[in-house]
Amino acid sequence: MSLDKATVAKIAHLARIKTDDAQLDAMVGDLNTILGFVEQLSEVNTDNVEPLASVTGHGLPLRADVVTDGAYPERVLANAPDRAHGYYAVPKVVE
Amino acid sequence: MSDLLSLSLTGARDALKAKKTSSTELTDAYIGAMEAGKSLNAFITETPDKARAMAKASDEKLAKGEGGAMEGLPIGIKDLFCTQGVLTTAASHILDGFKPEYESTVSQNLWNAGAVMLGKLNLDEFAMGSSNETSHYGPVENPWRRSGGDNAKLVPGGSSGGSAAAVAGRLAIAATGTDTGGSIRQPASLCGIVGIKPTYGRCSRWGVVAFASSLDQAGPLTRTVSDAALMLGAMAGHDPKDSTSADLAVPDFEAALTGDVRGMKIGIPKEYRVDGMPAEIDALWQKGAAMLKDAGAEIVDISLPHTKYALPTYYIIAPAEASSNLARYDGVRYGLRVDGDSLNEMYENTRAEGFGDEVKRRILIGTYVLSAGYYDAYYLKAQKVRALIQKDFNDAYQSVDAILTPTAPSAAFAIGENEDDPIKMYLNDVFTVPASLAGLPGISVPVGLSGEGLPLGLQVLGKAFDEETVLKVGGVLEQAAGFDALPGFLAGGK
Repeated sequence: MSLDKATVAKIAHLARIKTDDAQLDAMVGDLNTILGFVEQLSEVNTDNVEPLASVTGHGLPLRADVVTDGAYPERVLANAPDRAHGYYAVPKVVE
Repeated sequence: MSDLLSLSLTGARDALKAKKTSSTELTDAYIGAMEAGKSLNAFITETPDKARAMAKASDEKLAKGEGGAMEGLPIGIKDLFCTQGVLTTAASHILDGFKPEYESTVSQNLWNAGAVMLGKLNLDEFAMGSSNETSHYGPVENPWRRSGGDNAKLVPGGSSGGSAAAVAGRLAIAATGTDTGGSIRQPASLCGIVGIKPTYGRCSRWGVVAFASSLDQAGPLTRTVSDAALMLGAMAGHDPKDSTSADLAVPDFEAALTGDVRGMKIGIPKEYRVDGMPAEIDALWQKGAAMLKDAGAEIVDISLPHTKYALPTYYIIAPAEASSNLARYDGVRYGLRVDGDSLNEMYENTRAEGFGDEVKRRILIGTYVLSAGYYDAYYLKAQKVRALIQKDFNDAYQSVDAILTPTAPSAAFAIGENEDDPIKMYLNDVFTVPASLAGLPGISVPVGLSGEGLPLGLQVLGKAFDEETVLKVGGVLEQAAGFDALPGFLAGGK
């Protein structure tokens, strides 16, 4: 299974990383090398094997559904590159 | 000064308790050492003023006979742990200027135990790398050089490369690290020091910049095994803020170092004898097994049949989780923003400029293996093979108490040497990744020197939450090996 340039461009867009033509060429080679390497997993028989998502073996702990944190907007916004009226500010989305 | 800098973590603790020195004196010595060792590029941010203030507070406690397990001991923090009010970068351009409003649980635990912060240590960008060459802040230099005079600058390993170089070169008495696929153990091996990755769940991940959440674990890099026991005890503990944190009491790890491994069964997995393994690594491994046998342990040949599939499994699962975790860096809430005409363009410009090449590679691989149509073939398949790798260990631990392997397939290599091929770099973690996938604890202990005079470590793996056995066996190896070689660069001199 080999990726072409158009597919890598599509993945880069999905990942929201702007990529120019020269970078795409380099990425196509690197990604195909990596995918070629992981391809060997197809040799392994995994019939009737349950996928392992977590090694902890325990379920997620539950707690009461109450507010336990918050009410400090200044601290939340302290690192924002841009802010306005107590909110994060971003380029205009709706015309 | 070299006398103070040569003290181990436990040695310095004992000296402070006995009032043979003060935290201020010790901390000042390390502030001088950081200055002397600047060429290693081990620190991204130094916090000498904070260190002096913390040392003063520790001295007041020590004078009254009070203080915690790490009282007054000056350590470095890998710059992946959020530290309140102190720049936290993950060695990435995309976190430019980020000063967290909160403290990671592990670093808070260390401050609660009395530790003193020297600064934030360099690493591979977002902990993605095995040589510390992917850092936005430049590569870290290993304090060791090859004998024979080629004098090439060597990598310290990665991703906790700044931590390992600082501890080996005596720029910090100990340091925190994180290990996702070998990022504590491999740099410890390449720098001739001790590093332990505890069981997944032993240390809280809260406030640690996330790479691959099902694999990331914090642990200490130290000069001795007893130092590792002391510091791990201070870092570990249940944290309700991390849902994968284990609700278990933290044992007295130092007490586990009895030096007695008589009757213990140590497994030697045949699959770790990989193609192209240097003869000196194989010889070191056999030497380590002989040391444990001489100490009264029984050496048992075991099989971990899916070992060769661990790296390919890791290079699906870790990038998949990374692509998802790193989606948060969007130029909106913190760090770098590169403007664009639309919101989408702003995202794309910010992430293009903010992430380095290796991080981009992993985000793209992760995005691909999670995308519609490929999820089952790659991600689900990898999760199934991960289950088989865990089962291999579970089966082996029916008959052995611990497992002995090499830590890394080579000694430290030159900066720039393995940069051309990502797979070649990934192979550095061939011996450390399987235990990461299974969530198991592992320690690297320096055992010998390569033909080129560089340190080589052996790895001891244990059962889940049995760090005590890992430390005990590691301690016996340390004792038997008597590794006392020192690197070419040593702050304060030899």
